[in-house]
Amino acid sequence: MSWEPRPTPDVNPETAAFWAAASEGRFTVSRCGDCGLAFHYPRTRCPDCFSDRVELEDASGEGEIYSYSFTEQVGGWPEEALPLVLAYVELDEGPRVMTNVVGADPESLSVGQRVEVEFVDTEADDVSIPVFTPV
Amino acid sequence: MVPEPVYIAGAFEHPTREAPDKSTMQLHAEVTAGALDDAGLSKDDVDGFLTAGVPEYEHGLTPLIMADYLGIEPSYMDSSDVGGSSYVGHVGHAASAIRDGHCEVAVITLAGRPRSASQATGTGARELRSYQDSFERIYGATNVTMYGMAARRHAHEYGTTSEQLAEIRVAASKHAQYNEHAMFRDPVTVDDVVNSRMVADPLHLLDCCVISDGGGALVVVSEDVESTLDRRCVEVLGVGESPGHHDAGRIDLTRTAAERSGAAAFERAGVGPEEIDYASIYDSFTITVLEALEDLGFCEKGEGGAFVEGGTLQAPDGELPFNTDGGGLCSNHPSNRGGMTKVIEAVRQLRGEANDEVQVDADLALAHGTGGSLGTRHGAATVVLGGAP
Repeated sequence: MSWEPRPTPDVNPETAAFWAAASEGRFTVSRCGDCGLAFHYPRTRCPDCFSDRVELEDASGEGEIYSYSFTEQVGGWPEEALPLVLAYVELDEGPRVMTNVVGADPESLSVGQRVEVEFVDTEADDVSIPVFTPV
Repeated sequence: MVPEPVYIAGAFEHPTREAPDKSTMQLHAEVTAGALDDAGLSKDDVDGFLTAGVPEYEHGLTPLIMADYLGIEPSYMDSSDVGGSSYVGHVGHAASAIRDGHCEVAVITLAGRPRSASQATGTGARELRSYQDSFERIYGATNVTMYGMAARRHAHEYGTTSEQLAEIRVAASKHAQYNEHAMFRDPVTVDDVVNSRMVADPLHLLDCCVISDGGGALVVVSEDVESTLDRRCVEVLGVGESPGHHDAGRIDLTRTAAERSGAAAFERAGVGPEEIDYASIYDSFTITVLEALEDLGFCEKGEGGAFVEGGTLQAPDGELPFNTDGGGLCSNHPSNRGGMTKVIEAVRQLRGEANDEVQVDADLALAHGTGGSLGTRHGAATVVLGGAP
């Protein structure tokens, strides 16, 4: 299965390493080398202390559902990917990450439920899309 | 030092809700003319112009294409865009520009035609535009699913129920029945709301605002200009603005930047939420209202659900009458942006020109806008207005 025809990210010099790590099956968070903040989405400068000593580090890929909603109505979305669960997953490292929760009946989900990352390939070799599924 | 008083002298809401045979620029011109007529001023008096983007012309240069089209050469221009909250913030920008001597008669406009364009405002998965979209929109994040996440988290932390959210729609619908221009004029019940089709769990169809064409405009003037006008003007007592965003991954879906925009507006106005007689609260969804009521200080955090029960928001006798035109939920949401109509209805209330059945005895009114999305990043803007003697 490929992510398309769902929209794929615009990869730029600042985010390419994040997507490339995903294509290798690694979910990364940005870690500030000065203040220690772990953050998402990736940026080269820390949004707390503004240090430029930021590096991507491998995250556990596990966390819990912070919130979610689900719908049958998403314009232009492939029918086989509906209903769509949009969620924020709070990673064990801290940041809340927007994502999809897959592989579960949406009615069975709950806030606080443990989930782990999995990756869906795209037509680009160096980009995969992280999604989450119940543990 | 007390700042020079600044007034809203003109307010005009376009009566249309569907305008297939008009251009968006035409609507801008019509609302400009309407608001100037309301104030008793003319286009030649205009030396300030503010708007927040024309949807069809996303290449920018908004103030230039507008000045060119309208035939004006204002000495102050502003197109800062924070979504639907922009026009509330623009009232503050206009006041500051007037106090700094850049202009004396500032027009603020909004217009758009999403209904005629068959735009799926709530459920459309938009193309990627911003840096962040590559981490959000790729997941099919739509307006209604993002606000659905806010509603679910609020319910999780505070026990807020769908029935409580429905009370907000019920109040808006009771007001809309008296508004001849409202899109939906039939009063609804809590049962009607919670039994309406689920759009994005836990939000139902009737938790969502309308999609409408139209627009509105305001005229903000100096004290010198106000003193020459016959029209009853409304004083701009305080404005506050703040962004709320993803915050490096610490986003709290139960809190909005109304905490900051409201506090700033109240401080400048020298009043508190308990003194507000009427409130226009941006209502893209029912949850938008509930969180704003808490964050503006009308009740404690987490108690919004209980606060809206029992007719609190219903004019004229509720404790805090809100959106007496029917709001975005029932009346109008031109260009998918609700801030403009919020200010206009607050002005009507202070002038005693709301619909008779919902007119409040109001000396102090508040209008609050929420632009963008509570699910990612949003603008909050609050204005406190006073009825001039």
